[in-house]
This record gives sequence, C-alpha cells and structure tokens, in this order.
Amino acid sequence: MIYRENGQFKTSYRADQAIFPIAQDRLFIGLLLVVAFVVVPGLASDYLLRALLIPFVIMSLAALGVNILVGYCGQISLGSGAFMAVGAYGAYNFFQRLPGMPLVPALILGGLCATCFGVLFGLPSLRVKGLYLAVATLAAQFFADWMFLRIKWFTLDTPSGSVSVSNLQVFGLPIDSAVSKYLFCLAMLVVIALLAKNLVRSAIGREWMAIRDMDVAAAVLGIRPMYAKLTAFAVSSFIIGVAGGLWAFVYLGAWEPAAFSVDQSFRLLFMVIIGGLGSIMGSFFGAAFIVVLPIALNQFLPAILGMFGISISTAGISHAELMIFGVLIVWFLIVEPHGLAKLWSTGKQKLRLWPFPH
Amino acid sequence: MGPILETIIGGLMTGMLYSLVALGFVLIFKASGVFNFAQGAMVLFAALAMARFSELIPQWTGIQDKFTANALAFIAAMALMIVCAWLIERFVLGKLVNQEGVTLLMATLGVSYFLDGFGQTLFGSSIYKIDVGMPKDPMFLFEKTFQGGLLVNQEDLVAAGIAAALVAALAAFFQYTGTGRALRAVADDHQAAQSIGIPLSRIWVIVWSVAGFVALVAGIIWGSKLGVQFSLSVLALKALPLVILGGLTSVPGAIVGGLILGVGEKLAEVFIGPMLGGGIEIWFAYVLALAFLLIRPQGLFGEKIIDRV
Amino acid sequence: MTALALKKPPPMDVASASNDPRATDTPITQRRIGDVVLDVQNISLSFGGVKALTDISFDVREHEVRAIIGPNGAGKSSMLNCINGVYRPQQGSITFRGKTFKHMNSRQVAEMGVARTFQNLALFKGMSVLDNIMTGRNLRMKSNLLLQALRIGPAEREEIRNREFVERIIDFLEIQAHRKTPVGRLPYGLQKRVDLGRALAMEPKVLLLDEPMAGMNVEEKQDMCRFILDVNDEFGTTIVLIEHDMGVVMDISDRVVVLDYGKKIGDGSPDEVRRNPEVIKAYLGTSH
Repeated sequence: MIYRENGQFKTSYRADQAIFPIAQDRLFIGLLLVVAFVVVPGLASDYLLRALLIPFVIMSLAALGVNILVGYCGQISLGSGAFMAVGAYGAYNFFQRLPGMPLVPALILGGLCATCFGVLFGLPSLRVKGLYLAVATLAAQFFADWMFLRIKWFTLDTPSGSVSVSNLQVFGLPIDSAVSKYLFCLAMLVVIALLAKNLVRSAIGREWMAIRDMDVAAAVLGIRPMYAKLTAFAVSSFIIGVAGGLWAFVYLGAWEPAAFSVDQSFRLLFMVIIGGLGSIMGSFFGAAFIVVLPIALNQFLPAILGMFGISISTAGISHAELMIFGVLIVWFLIVEPHGLAKLWSTGKQKLRLWPFPH
Repeated sequence: MGPILETIIGGLMTGMLYSLVALGFVLIFKASGVFNFAQGAMVLFAALAMARFSELIPQWTGIQDKFTANALAFIAAMALMIVCAWLIERFVLGKLVNQEGVTLLMATLGVSYFLDGFGQTLFGSSIYKIDVGMPKDPMFLFEKTFQGGLLVNQEDLVAAGIAAALVAALAAFFQYTGTGRALRAVADDHQAAQSIGIPLSRIWVIVWSVAGFVALVAGIIWGSKLGVQFSLSVLALKALPLVILGGLTSVPGAIVGGLILGVGEKLAEVFIGPMLGGGIEIWFAYVLALAFLLIRPQGLFGEKIIDRV
Repeated sequence: MTALALKKPPPMDVASASNDPRATDTPITQRRIGDVVLDVQNISLSFGGVKALTDISFDVREHEVRAIIGPNGAGKSSMLNCINGVYRPQQGSITFRGKTFKHMNSRQVAEMGVARTFQNLALFKGMSVLDNIMTGRNLRMKSNLLLQALRIGPAEREEIRNREFVERIIDFLEIQAHRKTPVGRLPYGLQKRVDLGRALAMEPKVLLLDEPMAGMNVEEKQDMCRFILDVNDEFGTTIVLIEHDMGVVMDISDRVVVLDYGKKIGDGSPDEVRRNPEVIKAYLGTSH
C-alpha cells in the first residue's frame, strides 16, 4: 500500500498536469537523480563508467530523439545513424574551424545541422507512409555515409578519413576523466529529457500523437500534417544530432564515418521498440537493454557454456551474440510489443494494489 | 557509343540480379503483408548451405559427378530452407498475427540477425565457392557494328535469363492460380483471411518456402559470381530501393525497378560520379527511389492505398 | 444540464422560419433558423469506377438541425468527407458563408468553424480522453515550440486555459470519471461521447455528426440526443446529422435530405420526407 495516491488531491490544473503528480514518484525520481549524480560517480569503477554508463547515457539521449519521431509521431525512421553523424561532424567542424568555440555551443550547433538535414530528409514523410518512408530514410543514411567519406571538406581534409578531438572542457573544467565525462553527458541528458518531456505533453506532443494515431481525423481538427511531421523530424534530429556529437567527442574521441553506419540506426530502432514506443522512460529502458546485452553476453556466455563443457572461440561468441540478439528481439516483440515501459507501468499498477492481488 | 552501351548492358544485367533478391521481398509482402528484412540473410544462408553441401556431399556419398553432387546439394539446401520457413512461421509469424507493420518488420530484423549468426555457426565463416557450371568467360557481341565488339559477361546473361524465367513463373502463379488469390487475400488482412477459412500457417510456410527458393537461386547466382561471403546479406539493402521503385506488391515491378536502377546506377557512376568525388553508388539507388516516391508514392506498379474514414 | 457559459446565445430570428412549420409551434421547439450557411452544389464524387455521389445539391441553414438519411452505402459519409476536405469531388462546389470552394482544404474548413465526428470513431487510441479532447483545442493554441519546451509563462497559461475549457466539455458530457483513461479502454458509447467532445472543443459553428448514435441502447441514445439538442439550443450550433434511427430523425431535425445510391431522392421537412414514395421505396425496397 505504499504506492497509493490516496489523499493526494490536486487543487489546480497546474498541479494535476505536473510531470510527476504522485508524491511517491517525485520521491523516486529525486532519489534516482541523487544516485545518478552523486552515488554512481563515487562508487563506480572506471571500467563500469566507460564501458557501460557513458554509452548508456548517450544512447538514451539518442533513443529519446528516435522515440519522438517513431514513437510519438509514428514516422518510421531507419536513418538515425545519419543524424548522429551529421551532429557529430557538424559539431566537429564548428569546434575545430572556429578557434575558441566552446564545447556546448559546438554540440548545439551540430544538433542544428542535424535538424536541417533531418527536415530535408523528412520531406518524403509528407507524401509516403510506413514502409516506404522507412526506405526513404535509408536514403538519408547512405547519403550521409557517402558524404562524410568522400567530401573531404567535412573531415578537414584528413588523409586517413578519421578525425579526433581532444582537450574538451566546459567553463574551464576539463572533461577527460571517466567521471567528468559521465557527469557532463548526464547533465546534457537530464536537461534535454526535461525539455522533451515538456514538448510531448504540450499541444505539439498531442499533434504528433494525433498524426500517429489517425492522421485523417487530425487533419479534420485543423492540425497540419506537414507542420507536425516536420517539427517531429526537426526536434528528433536535433536531439539525435547532439547525442551524435556527444558519442563522437566524449565517448569515442576519434571516429570515422563507419561509427554511424546503418547498424547504429538499427540499434537505435531496437532500443526504442524494446524500450517502448511513445514513452520517454522507455527510451532509457531500451538503451540500457541494448547497451548491456553484448557486454553481458561477452562476460557470461563462455562461463555458461563452460559449465556444459563447450568451449567457444571469440568468433563463436560474436556469432552467438547475433543469434541470441535475434532471438531476444523476436521474443520481446511476441511477449510485450509495447516494450519494457509497458511492463514498468503494469508493475506500478500492481504496486498500487500491493499487497492485495486485485 | 560502344562503352556507353556496354555500361547500359552491364547495368541491365546487374539490375536483373538485384531483382532476383528483390523478388523474395515482393513475394513475402504480397502474400503476407510482411516486409522481410531477413531476405538478405536468407540469401546468404541459402548460399552457404549450397556451397557447403556441394562440398560435403561428394565426401559423404562418394559421388564424384559434379552435376549430381550439385543437384543433391540443391535439394538439400532447399529442404533446409523449407525447414527454416516452417520454423519462422511457427515461432515468429504465427505468434505475431495481425500486429502492426513496425513490429513485424522488427521481428524479421531479429530473424535476420539470428540467421546471420546461425549460418556462420553451422557452416563456418570463410569464403566459399559455388561452382554450378556458370560460364565464366566474357563474350563479345556485335563485333561487326562496334570495333572489338561489346563486352558482355556471359555469366550475367545466363543469370538474367534465369531471373526473367522465375519472374514470369511467379507472376503467372499469383495471377492465375487459386493459391495465388488466397495469398493476396492474406496479404490484405490476416484476420479476415483466417475467418474465411484460409489456413494461415500453411500459406505462410508455402510463401516463405518459395521465397527461400528464390533466395537459394539468388544465392547460387551471386555466390557463383562473388563467392559466398558476408556481403551477400548486404545485397538486401541494395535490393530495397528497387522494390520501392517497382511497388511492393508487384512482381513485374521488381524486374522493371531492377532494370531502371541497375542502368541508372551505372550511368550515374560514370557521368555524375566524377563530379561528386566518386563512389555514389551507395546512395544513388536510394535517392532515385526517393525522388520517384515523391511523384508516385505507391511505386511504378504498386496498388494505391485509399483510406476509408 | 450544465451550461457552457462561454458564448451568449445569438439573438432570436424567427423571420426566415417560414419554411419550417415548427417555428410557429410551442416555444420549446421554436428554432432560430437563420440564413443559408452551407450550400452544396452539384457535387459528384467517384473512386475509380465507383460513383459515390452524383450531382448532389442541398443547403443548410444556420442554427438548424439538418438530417441526412439513406440506406447503407448511399454516400452520406462521403458527402461529409467532401465538406471536410477529406475527399476531393470531381465536380461541384461548396459555398460556406458566402465563399465558394471547388474543393475544401481540411485546415481551412476547421478554421472556418466546421467540426466533425466520425462513423468509425477515429479517436486517437494512444491518448487519454482528456488529451483527445484537448487536440480539438489545437487551433487555438498558439505558443511556439520553444515556449512549449520550457513550459513557462504564456505556454503554461495557455495550457491551463484550454484545460479549463475542455474540463467544462467533460462536465457537459458527463465523462469526468474517465478523463485520464486511454480511450481504447472505454466502452463504445463513451467513446462516441469523447468523439463528440473533441468536435465540441473546436467551438464549431457547424457540427457534422456521422451516425452519433450507432450501436447505442435507448438510454445512451437519449443522452446523446440531449447533448446534441443542448449544443444546438445553447450555442446555436448548426447541426448536420447522419442517422439511421428514424425516431430520432423525425423528433429532432428541422429538415431532412435523403440519399440513395449517391443520388438525392428527397429534401424537406421530416413529415414530407416520410411520405415521399421514392424514400419509402428506397428503404423498404421494391424490385429494382
């Protein structure tokens, strides 16, 4: 009975419309933030931060962006990798070409580059839907692949094709240790997630969802499909672009176009689907799942197989990873097509009644 | 003039080869409304099976005659594809009846990952050869009209012929047989088809088996050309814009789309490529399909979708 | 009956009620029928080979309740879809408040004050009742993206203002208990009310209702009739109503249009239409 909203009456619309109207939720989120910002940096090892937590934070941000487009607005996109790439290379160019350009504005400008790219390649959504749109977004993906491989201007004419950044700092504080990287990414994530949450519960969020659910009815209400779809592409690509910039600058340090290939696009889509379409929280769950899975498999698979006396080579592990990944995707889609977020909210519903069964 | 014609002919034939892969997509979509992202993985898997079986069957049975060994390998590989089709229907499609398109798409992506890993586990991951007796020497056509003649790859020519024959057979199947009609009903609405007694699971096994057959043929042809290696599964990504161009529900569309994109790609690389830095093949097909979509959203031969409110 | 006290009822105008015998009846059924507000002229619509509408013309007067009836497949929903800009008729024109259009643009139509409910509901299944009705307010919400993202000042106030308006509609339709429920979970009758609420949220001058009482039992129909008549009485909203229940049509409408196989076969007061032999033939059917 700890999770009851009994007695929590709202006396204003403002209170009713808050992001976390139930006091227990507010407490939980507060604790989570404390753990994320204070406890984790204090206790987590460098390895844990670098291998798991930093990628998780950045991928959550990217998944958030993808969720806005695919989950809230219902436009299938297989080109998210390209948006990350544009964000990364855009930020890179601003950072390197303009001396004295601070890090955060560079990332934001990269995001804006991604926005322009996203709106351009989002134009087909005004004409086509569903599968055809998915294939159209692949055009964005391959075009970006080519752009950053062949047009030397984007990579500042480096001979090898790969670029790198160093000496990152924010307001004079260097971002080189694992902890500082983690906190920087986390801060960006929290701020952008908050803005995104505000958007999806406002008029524009409702417009997106209306277009997703029934675009003919939405049009009859006076919603312009063009405005709704293009803003979804714009906001989504911005967020994904910033995430791309973070991925390149903070996580990778040095990268080439292959870092943002179509595999990345598929990964992001999986995160959103497994996490839960149309749910901000789902993006976090999905990112956690996809980031943790390969590492967990790598660690535990040889051990488990060893128990049966089967030894396995590294190539074998990567094949097995592919198989298990595939099976898990399918299993998930069968068991809970609405994703982990649905499981979470079902769990909360049960918690409201606990210890009673119904 | 000569070189341009060579490029065009080369493009036409490459286009036909892509169409072979695309056929699988169209088949499955036409008959079950599912967009099968695993088609590329199926091509690779089938090719791997064929390659390994054609190696192993002589070892197991002592048959030395190439033709018989290949034929047996073909049968074995086909049997494997049918088993695959049955398993996919049982464990994936059957459980996802009437889910949304995105869900099914993601499920086929999952299947493709699985097939990739499974194929390599089962058959190993080196590059294998397929030798089914395809002519490897180039041919020279029209030696009197053009100096030296037009260089044409015989292997591609044979492959194009096979593809054309396959397409004709499949088109006839869909149009003129009862099973073909049932398949089209299933593609329209799973539940409705089920409710009028169409045995959904059996239909799907049939369809995926036929798609498996197409994948096998495509795998053999491409494998014979390139060797059986991982890049075969990436072929699917090249075949996608083709399917979009031709229309997802049209078998002849797959061919026409293939021809247009094959030629377009080659010509673009020759003429536009140098201006842009080369290597534009990776996106040209997609951008072309995209531009096309804007003018005609359902593709060349696809069916128009009318929303009923 | 709660009063949505946001608009004053327009002044009484009995002058042009001469067509309508009810106008001189008792005060309860006195309608303030005005001038022609919507005029459909020679609309023809076909899909491929199928002719959905052939040369349809009729008009709708302000503040009246106009019913469109006819057997299934007569083209009634298609007619409404033409008015809303969902379908583009091949021929004909629609005049709304003096402005003539060859085909309508959905957004324009919405801005001109025409709202609509749908035969198959067309609710946004992924959203709650409250959110569904709030989408009806979208035309009035003007904050830009950035303000909405920051959720401060004008954006917040606008959201609250519109929330208040929607809450009054929820009160009016008596669905308070369900405001946070996802609409997909509600029973059919309640979903129909949400559809109506969403249309009302647009503060429409003309309300097109496509079979609002389909699938309802007697009590639910009475409730729905009550809501429709309230809306017409309190705000003078012109109602165009597609309905199969003859009892309802005869009771609440001022004039009736009858369609059959895409053609107009009757137009007049409910009594006139009921006695029209063409209409009787269409409904009861004789050998064609």
